Amino acid sequence: MTSRESSSVSQPVPRPLWRRALGPRLRAAGLALPLVAFVSVTFLGPMLSLLTKSFHDPEVADALPETMAALRGWDGQETPPDEAFAAVAREFVAARTERNLGRTANRVNRVASGMRSVIMGSSREMVEAQAAAEAAGAATDGAFWRETMIAIDTRWGGPEPWRALEAAGQRFTARHYLKALDFERGPDGGYVRAPEVWRIYVPLFWRTFLVSLGVTLLCLVIGYPVAHMIANSPPKRANVLLLLVLLPFWTSLLVRTTSWIVLLQNQGIVNDFLVAIGLIGDDGRIAMIYNMTGTFVAMTHVLLPFLVLPLYSVMRAIPPAYMNAAVSLGATPFQALRRVYWPQTLPGVGAGCLLTFILAIGYYITPALVGGQSGQLISNMIAYHVQTSLNWGLAAALAALLLGGVTLLYVVYDRLVGIDRIGLG
Amino acid sequence: MRSSVAVVLSVVLVAGCRLAADPPPGSAPGSEAGERSITAVSYGGSYARACVKGYHESFTEETGVRVDLADFQGGLAQVRAQVEAGVVHWDVVDLSVAETVNGCDEGVLELIDPSILPTGPGGELPEDDFLPEMNTECGVGNLLFSSIFAYNREILTGPPPTRLADFFDLERFPGRRGVRRSPEAILEMALMADGVPKERVYDVLSTPEGLERVFRKLDTIKDQVVWWDTSAQAPQLLADGEVVMTTAANGRIFNAQVLEKQPFVIVWDGQVLNRGQLAIVAGTPRLDDAIRFVRHAARAESMAGVGRYIAYSPARYSAERLIDRHFETGTEMWPHMPTNPANMKNYLMTDWRWWADHGDEMLERFTAWLAR
Repeated sequence: MTSRESSSVSQPVPRPLWRRALGPRLRAAGLALPLVAFVSVTFLGPMLSLLTKSFHDPEVADALPETMAALRGWDGQETPPDEAFAAVAREFVAARTERNLGRTANRVNRVASGMRSVIMGSSREMVEAQAAAEAAGAATDGAFWRETMIAIDTRWGGPEPWRALEAAGQRFTARHYLKALDFERGPDGGYVRAPEVWRIYVPLFWRTFLVSLGVTLLCLVIGYPVAHMIANSPPKRANVLLLLVLLPFWTSLLVRTTSWIVLLQNQGIVNDFLVAIGLIGDDGRIAMIYNMTGTFVAMTHVLLPFLVLPLYSVMRAIPPAYMNAAVSLGATPFQALRRVYWPQTLPGVGAGCLLTFILAIGYYITPALVGGQSGQLISNMIAYHVQTSLNWGLAAALAALLLGGVTLLYVVYDRLVGIDRIGLG
Repeated sequence: MRSSVAVVLSVVLVAGCRLAADPPPGSAPGSEAGERSITAVSYGGSYARACVKGYHESFTEETGVRVDLADFQGGLAQVRAQVEAGVVHWDVVDLSVAETVNGCDEGVLELIDPSILPTGPGGELPEDDFLPEMNTECGVGNLLFSSIFAYNREILTGPPPTRLADFFDLERFPGRRGVRRSPEAILEMALMADGVPKERVYDVLSTPEGLERVFRKLDTIKDQVVWWDTSAQAPQLLADGEVVMTTAANGRIFNAQVLEKQPFVIVWDGQVLNRGQLAIVAGTPRLDDAIRFVRHAARAESMAGVGRYIAYSPARYSAERLIDRHFETGTEMWPHMPTNPANMKNYLMTDWRWWADHGDEMLERFTAWLAR
């Protein structure tokens, strides 16, 4: 490709030529169309639509349009005007009767804890108050609702619940990102760090980063000699050894992870063995699973092939003559390894480490199964918000930050090492 | 040529008629055409088995509607997800009262007309026959279960724990504890063990200082806790010796005691009772069969059926009288029931109103605390 382009520069070419070349090029690109379509529909589309949820949350705005309109001019001090009380009452009573107020209340509750009970509790009595007022023929205007709502729950007489409603009613919001970074809105509207008991995501991001780094280094330390041995074995033995690496690769991730539970648990094989040989007492069994140790061991095992395979293919291409030459010129084996062999394997080391690290940073099944509580990573939190709390906005914000972090690392790697130096052999 | 077109056409037509004549598809793939089924969702293991033996089988016998089982670990998440996505494949779900009330408010559960509830075997009216607060707008009560803690007599050989506070006493009873990975019951237990009188538990929990106090108490055992997710894990952890004691649903421990002859002992002091209900997922295409199923489950005979397989107390007084011995082992059931007065010397009834309002918040706070 490059050679053709450079040749087209060197000699003057009539303009229509690239046009004539366009047809075949387009046709060639057309072959990739099915793939492009497949990736867009099954991957890019869903991913983008989920990521939009991290800043776009129209549910409350759609459910309480009149309230939002009535709150628009409010300065956020004391209580809003009477028409806001009337609008909230109208929409609460209607939604309550149609039984979909609970969803709105849940959303507002995410902005300010405790709002769910304020809304559900008040609305129950508001329905009754409305019926009573209608039966008595009394007017249900803003002033009526102001008095009634404050009588039902004194909190409506202060600004907090109204601020929560207003904040939850923003269609475009940064609050998921704030929460994902352990920040929150302060009383004066500024951004402050969340109280210590609520700060969980930033420490988890750090933990995820450090565990991934640790697992990658462990894989490198264990995988480098293995790859070297396979690459330098006679073909027959190399095939057998390669099979030993590939076999776990083909085995289900779940099977491999649960096997570690059998091995490492309190009454497991490893502990039984250590007790049997008298290294530890029966009451001194070591906790090796359902904690960080379990996460490290199982993740290293699961990810090892991703490091060994790229390393192996790069190492196989290195002629043994280089090492022999280095030794015959007087280098010690260690010097030869460090100054001749290691630099040549760097493309493989880079490829393997990047692959392992990126896979590790998104891992969640293995930590979920063997990590206990101290071995959970940020992906487990994303899974929790997708599956259990159904707070998809927050899950999307966490995922976006994770994606951003990995992209940043990739760019840094590219700047420092150069992505074209990655080799798969 | 023409005749083969006619054959194809007639086959298509006949197939079309058959499809049109079939009842609404309630069927899992592979089920025979015409066979109706509903999906009942509960907590799996020995409890699901008790439900199958207790009333699923008799329901199918009576109506011809097959009951498919699905497992979950409680909570509304999957129900909400199905209703929001508009793809409802669960029909009847086993939930706690707090969950049904929330699901009802959100419109993800069907309203159940109380007039469908059957009278008792002696003609008892449902409004007098159900225990207090068993039924709500969207939920029909089926049983009372209890969160207790239990220990393994063969592993814990010293003086046995007898009070709730012993569960939190690592000095006298060292060793790992199993606890359900959920704020339910353990928050109440921690406060009671910390000396809060049971009448004041929910008042204290409603204050920020009270919450601090709960989590400070839980901090004292956090390092020693093995968190479990599925109810069947609790007796397993205890049997494997992974933990010296564990919180559990009382029926699971009972089943391990009588069916597997495990040397487990339940400590009833400070038990946290809760009401279980059946609810119907909103928008299920099999609504009529689901209602018939709930009506069938609400019979005293059905509740007694469950109570003869697992030690959960029935929701009706008339059903209490029908329960005698465990169906398979002949064990007397009443000594093992959570509502037996002998086991109720110090108990707490779960306040479903409090949990309905604070459940999501507590789950969030609990998850934050766990992740730290």
